[in-house]
Order: sequence, then C-alpha cells, then structure tokens
Amino acid sequence: MYPKDYRYTKEHEWIKVDGANGTIGITDYAQHELGDVVFVEMPKVGAQLKTREPFGTIESVKAVSEIFSPVAGEVIETNSALVDTPELINKDPHGGAWLIKVRLGDPKEAAALMDAAAYEAYIAGQAKEHSA
Amino acid sequence: MRYLPKSPSERREMLESIGAKNIGELFESIPEKFRLRAPLALPAALSEPEIIQYFQARAAENSRGYTSFLGAGVYSHVRSVVTDALVQRGEFLTSYTPYQAEFAQGTLTAIFEFQTLMCQLTGQEVANASMYDGSTALTEAVLMAERITGRHRVLVARSVHPEYRHVLQTYAKNLGIQIEEIGYAESGQLDRAALKKESLEQAAAIVVQSPNFFGVIEELPALAEAAHASGALLVTGIAEAVSLGIVRPPSDADIVAMEGQSFGISPSYGGPYVGVIATRDKFVRQMPGRLAGQTTDGEGRRGFVLTLATREQHIRREKATSNICTNEALFALVATIHLSLLGKEGLREQALQNLAKARFAQAELEKIPGVRRVFSGPSFNEFVLEFPRSVKMVNQELLREKIIGPFALGTHYPELTKRALVCVTETTPRAEIERLAAAIRKILERPV
Amino acid sequence: MSYKSTEIESPVGKILKAREHVSQNEGLIFEKSATGKRGMELPPLDVPAVDASKALGPEFTRDAIEGFPEVSEIEVIRHFTRLSTWNYAIDLGMYPLGSCTMKYNPRVNEFVARLDGLATEHPEQPAEVSQGCLRILYDLQKCLLAITGMDAATLQPVAGAQGELTGLLMIRAYLQSQGNARKTVLIPDSAHGTNPASVVISGYEVKNIKSNARGQIDTDHLREFCTDDVAALMLTNPSTLGVFEERIAEIAAILHERGALLYMDGANMNALAGVTRPGDFGVDVMHLNLHKTFSTPHGGGGPGAGPVLVKKFLEPFLPVPVVVQKEDGKFALDHSRVQSIGRVRAYCGNFGVLLRALAYILAYGPGIRQATEDAVLNSNYIRKNLEGVFDLPYNLPSMHEVVFSDARQKKHGVNTMDIAKRLIDYGFHPYTTAFPLIVPGAMMIEPTESESREECDFFIESMRSIAAEAETNPELVKTAPHSTRIGRLDEVAAARKPILRWKPEQGGSR
Repeated sequence: MYPKDYRYTKEHEWIKVDGANGTIGITDYAQHELGDVVFVEMPKVGAQLKTREPFGTIESVKAVSEIFSPVAGEVIETNSALVDTPELINKDPHGGAWLIKVRLGDPKEAAALMDAAAYEAYIAGQAKEHSA
Repeated sequence: MRYLPKSPSERREMLESIGAKNIGELFESIPEKFRLRAPLALPAALSEPEIIQYFQARAAENSRGYTSFLGAGVYSHVRSVVTDALVQRGEFLTSYTPYQAEFAQGTLTAIFEFQTLMCQLTGQEVANASMYDGSTALTEAVLMAERITGRHRVLVARSVHPEYRHVLQTYAKNLGIQIEEIGYAESGQLDRAALKKESLEQAAAIVVQSPNFFGVIEELPALAEAAHASGALLVTGIAEAVSLGIVRPPSDADIVAMEGQSFGISPSYGGPYVGVIATRDKFVRQMPGRLAGQTTDGEGRRGFVLTLATREQHIRREKATSNICTNEALFALVATIHLSLLGKEGLREQALQNLAKARFAQAELEKIPGVRRVFSGPSFNEFVLEFPRSVKMVNQELLREKIIGPFALGTHYPELTKRALVCVTETTPRAEIERLAAAIRKILERPV
Repeated sequence: MSYKSTEIESPVGKILKAREHVSQNEGLIFEKSATGKRGMELPPLDVPAVDASKALGPEFTRDAIEGFPEVSEIEVIRHFTRLSTWNYAIDLGMYPLGSCTMKYNPRVNEFVARLDGLATEHPEQPAEVSQGCLRILYDLQKCLLAITGMDAATLQPVAGAQGELTGLLMIRAYLQSQGNARKTVLIPDSAHGTNPASVVISGYEVKNIKSNARGQIDTDHLREFCTDDVAALMLTNPSTLGVFEERIAEIAAILHERGALLYMDGANMNALAGVTRPGDFGVDVMHLNLHKTFSTPHGGGGPGAGPVLVKKFLEPFLPVPVVVQKEDGKFALDHSRVQSIGRVRAYCGNFGVLLRALAYILAYGPGIRQATEDAVLNSNYIRKNLEGVFDLPYNLPSMHEVVFSDARQKKHGVNTMDIAKRLIDYGFHPYTTAFPLIVPGAMMIEPTESESREECDFFIESMRSIAAEAETNPELVKTAPHSTRIGRLDEVAAARKPILRWKPEQGGSR
C-alpha cells in the first residue's frame, strides 16, 4: 500500500525524492480521514517552502486540512489536474494526485523522515487511539 | 402563561419522575450567592390586548400623517400585501437555518432564487444568501478585496454613504487597513483627478457607491479601468436598489455590495434590512456568508444545499472569511417574493416612475428663488439642492406643515451646509411635491 | 432500499407523531416565467413621463433584465406556498437544537412590528417625530439591563457574531485608554465558531484554552494562560455542554487581578433569565441573542439582533448613537461620544427585531423566570429518560441543554448524523450534531420551554426507538431520512462544481 521508496511525515504527507527534486502528496490514510475532497488550494510556482510549515489546504465538504511541507524547497510545478478533478486525491493519492513538485533545499533532508514500514506502524497506532 | 404549554400538575409530575423535590434543585449548580431571591425589576406581565395598546401608543408618537422627502440610504417604495401573506407563513417565519437540507428545501430554493435575482440585477456572476445590510456588506466587500489582492489600503469616495464609511472605519482600524478618502468633482461623482498613481498601486480597491449619497450615478467603467490598471479592484456599493430597474448595472465592478431594503422591505426605523455581496465566479471562495448550491439526491432529483461551507466560521473558525452566522434570510425572502411580483416590466416601470417624479420635483423646486441644483452628474431619485438659508431651519418649519424635509448634508459634510438631499419615489404624490415646493417658497420668503 | 412510513412502528411501540403526506412539486420561479405576465401593478404616474436614455444618457441606462421573472400574482402565491410546505418549522414541532433556543415566536410580536407608525418610520427622521421608536429602544434597554444586571447597553449589533465583535472592540478601546490594548483573547475549545472568528476581526489573536475533565474552564490553566497580554476571556455560560461554570467567581477574579476582562457569550441565557444575572457574577461585557432567548423568529437564518450589555466603566466606548432620555423626559440619539468605538452598522440596528423582543418581555414581565425554569425542567426530563440509552460524556448537572454522544451506537456503525437524520422520519428536526468540538459524535439537545410534556415524551420515545434501530437495523438509520420529499443530497458534487444561480440552459428535474 505505501510505496517503499517514499518517505512519510506524521502529518500524513509523502515525498518521493528524485535527485535534486521531490514530489509531494498526501497519503491514503489522510485522504480516507478527510472524506471526499472537493477543493485543493496550492501555492504558486516559485513559492519558497519551509519544513513543517503549511503550504496549502485540502477541503472536504465539512472540514479543511492544512498541508505541511516535509522539506524546505522551491515549488517548481503544481498538479493542474487537481483543479478540475480534486477527487483524484481520494482515488490515487500516491500517484496521479501528487500535489506539488519542489526543488529540494537539501536533497538529503527527506531521508530523516519515516520510511514505509515506520509510517504503517505509526498509522496503526493512530487507528488504535481513534477507536479507543 | 400562554406561551408555556404546561399545567402545574404536569410540572410536579415531571419533577417527581426525575427525582427532584422542587425546581430549585435543578439550579443548584449556580453558586448560592448568585441565585436571585427577588423577582426581576420588570414591568408586570401584559395580556395581548395590552401589548398591542402599548405599541399603538408608541406608533402614535411618531410621524403618522407626515409626508417625507428623506432618502439617504432608506427608501419608501410600494409593497404588496402578498409579500406579508407569504412570509408570515410559519414554515418560513419560524424555520431554522437550512443546515438539514432534506426538509428545508423551501428556504433553500428561495435562497437560490434570491442569489439568481441579485446576479441578474447587478450583472455579476455569483451572489450570496445575504449580509446584514448595505453598510456591513460594503465593509465585508472591502475585507474581501484585501484578501484577494493582499493589499491593505483602500481608496474610498467621500460620496459613499457617511454611515457606511463610519462602519468601514470601525472595522478597518483594527485590521491595519488604511482608508484614503477621495473627494468629489463638480458633477458629484468621484474626482478621478484625485486618484494618485502611488495610492492606486498600493490599493486593494477603489470603493464607490452608485447612485452615491448625493444621488449621482458614478462612471463605473472608467473607474474599473483605473483600478485594474494598477492591480486594484473596483468595489461598488448600492443603497437604492430600485435604480437597477433602469440604470446600467455595475458589471464592471469586481465586488458589488448592495442594500436590498428598497425591494419590499419597510423602513422600520433602520432595520431589519438585507445586504448582499455579488461578485465574479473566480472570487467565490473569498465571499463571506452562506451560499445555496444546486445538486441532486440519490434518485437524481434536483435539490439545494448550503455549500462551500469551509469558508464559514463554524468550520474555519479563526480563519473564516467572516464571523457572520445569522444573516437576513427572511428579508432575502421578502425581496425575492417582491421582485417576483414586480417582475421585469414592473421593476422597470417603477424605476421610470421614480425618475419622472424626481425630475418633476427638481423642476418645481428650482422655480423657487435662490434654490438650484448642485452637482451636474446624472441622478436617479435623489438630487441635491442649494438653499439660500439653513436647511435645518427650513426643515424645522416644514415639520409644522407635517412635512419631513430633505436631508441636510451639512450633518455629515461640513463643506455642504445649506445643501439639501431631496428624495422622491413612486409613492410621493404629485400634490405633495407641489405642497413641498409651496411650503419652502413661503419659508424662504419670510424675513431672516 | 425502499421504505414507506405511515405510522412509525418502532421497536418501542407505535409512535403516532408523524405520517407521510402528499406535497406539491414546484420548479423555480424563473421556469414559470413568460413574457407579458405581471404580479403587481403600480398606480399610474401623476407627473410627466421621462425617457430614461434621454434623461440619464445611454451610457447610464440598461437594457431589460435578462431572465428576470414574469409571473402572475397567483403563481407567486402558489410558488412560495408550495415551497413553504417543504420546510419544517417551530410552528410544526420541536427543534431540539442545542444552543439555538428554538422557542415559540409569538404572533402578537409580528402584529405590532407591522403597525403603521412603527414599520413606516425612517431612521433619519427628526427626534421630534420619532419619540415612539426611541422610547421602544429605551424601554428595551431598561428591560435587558434588569435581566442581565449590567449598567449600559447598545442595541446596534444585528446578530450574536456582531455583538461579539462590538464587545471585543469595546474591550480593546478600554484597554487602549488604560495604556495597552494587549494582544490575545482566550477562548475555550468548546466555543461556538463565531467566537474565534470575531476575535480575529477585532484585531486580537486567539488562544485556545482547554476544558477540564468536567467540561469547564480549568482555573489552574487559566492562571497560567492569563499573562499580561491577555485582554479577555470569552466565555459561554452555561457552557455549550449546558453546564454552569461552577467556578465563575474565581474565573472572574483571576482575570480582573490581571487587568483582563470577562466577556460572556449570552447564547445560553435561556438557562439564566430571572434566576441569576451575569452582572452579579463578574461579567464585564456580554451579548444577548434576541433571536434565541427573546423569541424573535429565525426566519430561515435571520434576522437577528445581538445587543451588547456592559458595566459602567465600558459605557464611554459604546457605539454611536446611544439612546438616551434627556432631562425633559424626551428621548434622543446621542452622537457625541468621543470615546465611542464608532459604528458597527448604519442606523440603530434591527429595530423590527428589537421591537419584537420587547413585546416578548412585556408579555412575561418578572414571570420570565417561569420560562427559564420550564426550559431547564424539559431538558432534565429528556436527559433522565435518555441517560440509559445514549452515552453521557460529562455527568454533570445539565441546565437548559444536554449533550450526549453517539459512542454506543457507533459500535453498530451508526453515528450522530445518522441518528439525527432518522429523527426526521419521526417528525422532529435533528438536534445539533458534531458540536461542541470537545465531544466526538456530539448530540446536543435543547428543547426550550415551548415544548409540552407530550412533545417531550414523543421525542424521548423516538430517540429510544432509533437507539434500538441502531442495534437491530442499522442500515435503516444510516440511510435515513426516508420520508422526506428529497433524500440525502450530494454535498460533495455541490462543493466540487458549485452551481450557485439559475441559468436558462441549466436543467433539473423536479
């Protein structure tokens, strides 16, 4: 379920590093918690992102969630498909519904984040808390 | 007490059934020292006839029997009795905000119709389900412009209603928004020469009202151009909505903030009224207030729901576009019913009657020596006259004749003493206009 | 799954509260439009007609309004009457909505609001011919001050949220006059959404303060949080859990020691009127919701009125104009207040709403206490009868409202929203779902004093029945309502591709 070459944050974002660049999205767990996505607010190309700072929001009918950047970097592309079909986030959160591509401030920064196994353990713990 | 559906024995039984000896037990969580021992110092309870008597006595202490020539943001227009017959239905009057859409389709459908009517009238693409009134709608429109442009200055025409500007100032000063006031030209319209390039480049918006407080219609296309050329928006307020029956709609504006009181809502000493914000589709997510949207149920039937709620306070809380919750829904309904009755031709005819009455009044009053119109711009149903003497003095004398005279502009504009803002509508009889002219003539003939 | 209800056959017996009924279909008013139809005629013009284009200039005149309705009077009556029959309303039955206080809207209030001589008055007309209106405002102020135990009032704010903003602006102005406006306002996590939104608009920052295990303000936390840059605490009392803040005196003392103020959101005044007064327990400034406690009609979402009541030291900061009585006994609007915060709305406020609230208070007099007692009795009666059936997260004395949670029903996959929707089939409006935020799966119930014992009993039976259905037939509850004209609507589609106005090309089946 969770791609092994991605890295994950506690706020349920993923990042796939590709040399000097990275692709960022939200995880399947996150989209499931949000429910049907109706709107995505994304930063402009060229925006400077700081680690752990919000760079956009994802809206469902009854809730708004901020998206936090896993790394520092500069936005080089945003996923235009999400403008017309935000529901893609629910259907393909790890693939076609990537949010932004960034030029990484430090290509090694993402390595310190959770890997797939650690993230899966993390969300298993979260699920237990919710049903308690 | 007639509003309480309980008998003393039912109260006793209910208390017993929950194991309470007396009602006082249910209030024990209030610290003893704060529980009242004596009854409140309120007048003794009144029966229904006595309540009616009290208010009838108050009604007799007001302006019944007087003819008024006041406009200045609140207008006397025709209303049909059909409107009250409909809004007094309990299903409209006593229903709640339509959060549970399945059995609030009456309210939601009417809101959708209201939003549509407001778009049709203003030439904008989307309108909300109402704001409190014109003054707060204009303020919220300015806040919207600030959010959209990221700029914190606004250029506000002095010819915008003074109380609207006061509300804007009250809100703006806590939000770091700088207000720069722009004067008016001889036409009575905003003085475009006073728009400085540096100001425009820092401005979120140029803010005007049309027809403005002087009754003069602004040149919106030119103002829109000036604003857009510097990356600013054009925000237009409308206080006299009937003008939209014949006056070119503000489709060049980016945000329109309208007062809908003229659409079948009584003056009622200041409220309730209905404000509305109308704007371009692209700004919809920055709009405050509720929005009704069309959708379908599981069987494909058309229905309406409150939508884009993530803008609002109950979801966004401190990041909401506004703190507005309760709006003016019932009065949006009044406007919707009224406009449905009046219709395309009726609204046009009403507007033409206003124009005709105003031109007639102006001609009659300008026959009085020393009285002349100031401001050369086109006007709808209000116009400004210069009097040779104090307007306040003239009005004092007019009251004796049971006439409430035109608004004294000196109240808000120190440079405009001896200037009167006259308003006539389709409800002002010709005979009363003639009587006003005769009375003013007489008053001005008296020695000083 | 199809479901037909004639009478509700429920797991707890036959419930005869509601039954299905044929209602009329109806399109949009624009869809009934045809050229040449009119609903209203005007008296003929008695002055010479004018050509608009000639009078104003063609650049200032418009063409006919595209798509504007053209219908007859009978069609307007039918259209809106049919629409009205699709609504639920207080006149039909209970709205157990917590913190909304959906009580009876007395009809005499509607009558007096429409009197010639009241409905007709222009807000700018001279005081000499407005004494009746001014006296109504003055008398209402006096009554509200007596009920709240405060010293001065403004009737200008037209909604609770606007009242909140007004109160906050007054707090800021006062603190400014003392040398330091400060930076933050404390808000409990159980607060209504308008509270933090209003704080932001007043130029302050929000600091959330957690409730303790009793759902009340944790006074130790408050001491810690109440630093020098805290301007005020915004408190709803009773809280949104329906519980009175037992340590209110201590809370007020902590704030006042540090030069901060206590703001009370008066939305839950229906639990207090005639029994206790906020002015007595340390409140410095508060607002009331006249469309809640004081019976003015909700009208599908508004209008409202949110008067603000303050202690003497805040009086100089009231918005202008202030309604005063002069030495000669006459009433006037005083605009000369140098320290006023300004204006929050044009004119005096929602006079028509204020008038209705006064009519309500005049009907009760000091007997308003009985309304409060009945409201608290109804709420406790319902609580007692549902306690075994629904989870009660905070086992504290309830005042006028009680908050349950869907914890037990969740085990069967049924949540608060589902239960609320199923309540519709039983002939009731849902209670408040998913608020306050501190209770997951909240079910906030406030019957008000307007409900008879019979209506309360029906409500209890219905809720019990739904709880049983959640166990034996959860699908029925999860797909409710079944008896309305329209089923659950696709809110996702409405938000993704908003259609916010009618256009001729748009279709839509009825």
